[in-house]
Amino acid sequence: MSTVTQQAGPAIPAGSARPLTERRPLGDRTFQIIALACGLLVLVILVLIAVTTTQQAAPWFKAEGWGIFGKTWNPAANQFGALAFIYGTAITSAIAVIMAVPVSVGIALLLTEVVPYRWARPIVYVIDLLAVVPSVVWGLWGILVFAPWIAKIYGHIGSAVTGIPVLGNLFGPPTSGASFFTAGIILAFMITPIVTSLSREVIATVPAIDKEGAYALGATRLEMIQGAVWPHSKGGIVGAVLLGLGRAMGETIAAALVIGSSATITSHLFAPGDSMPAVIANQFGEAAGTFRAALIGLGVLLFAFTIIINVIARAIVGGAAEQGSA
Amino acid sequence: MEQPEQDFVTSLQQPEPAAPPQAPPAPGPRAQPTPGPQAQPVPGGHVFDAEKVSCYYGSFRAVTDVSLSIYENEITAFIGPSGCGKTTVLRTLNRMNDLVPGARVEGDVRYRGASLYGKDVSPIAVRRNIGMVFQKPNPFPKSIYDNVAYGPRINGEHNKHKLDEIVEHSLRQAALWEEVKDRLKASGLSLSGGQAQRLCIARTLAVEPDVVLMDEPCSALDPIATGAIEDLMRDIKTRYTIVIVTHNMQQATRVSDRTAFFSVLRNEESDTRTGVLVEYGRTQQIFEDPGDSRTEAYVTGQVG
Amino acid sequence: MAVITGQQPNLREAKGWRRTKNRIATVLMVVAFVLVVIPLVFVLITVVARGIKIISWTFLTSPIPPQVVPAGVGGIGPAIVGTFEIVGLATVMAVPLGVLGAIYLNEYGGKGVLARLIGFMADVMTGVPSIVMGLFIFSIWVLHFQFSGFAGALALGCLMLPVVIRSTDEMLKLVPNPLREGSYALGATKARVTMTVVLPAAIGGIVSGALLAIARAVGETAPLLFTILTVTTVNLNPFSGPNTSLPSQIFANATSPYTGAQDRAWGTALTLIVIAFALMIIARFITARFTRYTR
Repeated sequence: MSTVTQQAGPAIPAGSARPLTERRPLGDRTFQIIALACGLLVLVILVLIAVTTTQQAAPWFKAEGWGIFGKTWNPAANQFGALAFIYGTAITSAIAVIMAVPVSVGIALLLTEVVPYRWARPIVYVIDLLAVVPSVVWGLWGILVFAPWIAKIYGHIGSAVTGIPVLGNLFGPPTSGASFFTAGIILAFMITPIVTSLSREVIATVPAIDKEGAYALGATRLEMIQGAVWPHSKGGIVGAVLLGLGRAMGETIAAALVIGSSATITSHLFAPGDSMPAVIANQFGEAAGTFRAALIGLGVLLFAFTIIINVIARAIVGGAAEQGSA
Repeated sequence: MEQPEQDFVTSLQQPEPAAPPQAPPAPGPRAQPTPGPQAQPVPGGHVFDAEKVSCYYGSFRAVTDVSLSIYENEITAFIGPSGCGKTTVLRTLNRMNDLVPGARVEGDVRYRGASLYGKDVSPIAVRRNIGMVFQKPNPFPKSIYDNVAYGPRINGEHNKHKLDEIVEHSLRQAALWEEVKDRLKASGLSLSGGQAQRLCIARTLAVEPDVVLMDEPCSALDPIATGAIEDLMRDIKTRYTIVIVTHNMQQATRVSDRTAFFSVLRNEESDTRTGVLVEYGRTQQIFEDPGDSRTEAYVTGQVG
Repeated sequence: MAVITGQQPNLREAKGWRRTKNRIATVLMVVAFVLVVIPLVFVLITVVARGIKIISWTFLTSPIPPQVVPAGVGGIGPAIVGTFEIVGLATVMAVPLGVLGAIYLNEYGGKGVLARLIGFMADVMTGVPSIVMGLFIFSIWVLHFQFSGFAGALALGCLMLPVVIRSTDEMLKLVPNPLREGSYALGATKARVTMTVVLPAAIGGIVSGALLAIARAVGETAPLLFTILTVTTVNLNPFSGPNTSLPSQIFANATSPYTGAQDRAWGTALTLIVIAFALMIIARFITARFTRYTR
């Protein structure tokens, strides 16, 4: 048998049995309750947002009824129809999504399928840098640098397509640096990081077996992407796109600075316009009474739209992730 | 299923000396009078008594009708093929299965006469008496000192000198003191596999448990580290009761006093399988003169 | 063994049109990345070029002058103080609450219905526009307690909370279960296991996630519009009276016709970007150095 190990210090009697019955320590229970309360805070805040803002917006709903979707927004005449802003939000978000999605998905594919591992880190860094630039800085650059520069381009395109049936209506005059289209471009830059990172997550759940199977049959990378990656991830990418859309809709400051602040409904994309968050930001300072209620009401609409879009999007992305790993 | 019960009964009738030819420990009441039902001395030095214990994970019956006793200051080995429930049974002894959602235990498990799964029994208190060492060493990402001092600290010991003593004593018991005494502040993660496992053992011993359960403690270690741990087990046997699950039959013969052989029972009709205790007795007898043919097949290497 | 005669097998890439399509696709993906890099570089270059002309210690510490005053006089001192106050308060509120919420999700809630609902709604909450948070705090707090830095902190805190919950939850998931088992086996309660083993193991990732949430909050303007009532004087008491912040000042100056105000806006933008980038880099560093759980 082995030697007895040296013992230093006092001999501590081993095997001292202790009682087995014990009430659950108070601290343990309290901790659980606190943690639960913090988790519930999320739900509580969301409910409070809905309740308090709707309360504040009530005068507007009451005064206008269905007129809240009216075409005329004239605070001086106490008319608060929000259609122009809803239109502006829709148009700029659509432009942003149309431009950002191919780019984001392309980058996501680049990162997951094309680029060797060592190069992936710097590329992700660049995307993160893009995400960290504050909205107000995008807006500042947009209105002071980008808009004046692109106004000339709009002007050229505008005069070139005047008179042509569809194009003229879309891209013809009036043109302005601060316009729907400019806002759409800036929003596209801003939503690219989130769409890219979510698309990457979705694509990463594609089973390696499927990809390898495609390659084993002699497929080129493009063919593999079409055959193995796309069917698995198109659901999740739709979810990622919806999240980008939600983000674009709610983006306030950059839009407020470059959209032109003109409450008009027009098909001319190079013309100045307005959007829900932009008008709230720009006009809240002077608003009182029903005017203020109307602005808060726009916030309520924005909240409702983005919640719905986010719930659908998260459900899709969550479902796609589960399917992919099944 | 005759063998385990016979052995159980025989052992009650003829209480055998619990310890090998070293100074036998004092049987009977513990040094400190403790309130609570388990303080009564049990004849023959029973530490655990399991009677018809079945374990369920949800509706899956992992283990069926296990009955055995674990004796004071002995090393008891659980052996058997994979999936026969040895680890499940081990973990019922310190209520670690409570952590698995849907886990359920039926039957009676008694620790020194008191039911482990009784109404007011706190799993926390159970685990302070019955420690566990795991298959893969799991040192905390803290310093070596803090790893060993962790248990005493959560039990309320904050006196620096006392902690120093406990840490040194535990590391000595685990045969690790000489190797780490100059770098107690180093991270526990920086140790080799064998050292890390000895650290985990020291950590377990630092709370002065009554029993040490070991779930395949050497399966992730090389032969030299394994030998060190086996020496350690033999050393501390005089002060603790040890139950070890092992895949390695030679290890069972090297260290254990008693061996329990588990196997899988397959029900052809319902296509279910469950773990059962086939035979339980003194290690020498199990390996040299097994009573059950399944035991014989396993220990002679005919089946895996 | 048969001897293979005749043509050698063609092991080169797919021929012709398939190969071209593949090449085009790859080029397009690279173009996508370039399309994103170009505006980023442009913005950064512009901000640095125009901002660096005006940045100086004086600039960072002087009071805010009227917009008409040309560059070189005055600065953005009050805005820096305000940003520190407001974001600091928001962090102190949102991070502990968020970490505890994530602890509930990961350690207690598990796969239960409530936990999954809270996790789902926390994700949804990250998509709530920041302007809505500002309107919310306006409705529930400012109308009763007036404008203050604290109100702004509440709004930013609401923005940060779900982000902290999500990132902390990810970090807690990464802590290997054997560590928890080791702690339980020594007779620890769940609260002890969480606070003494799980949290310390995950702390690197948690801090990193919090820093990224702070980086986002530092640049937020919209929630502050309705809560702090942008002023130009320094206010050392965040609990009473209107306040200002770096992004608020940029917003106020961006539409100003005066070049002095615009120049100051660029300087403020540069300061803001430096702060946000610094936080991001520190976060990356902490992730790289301080997240190791097992041997």
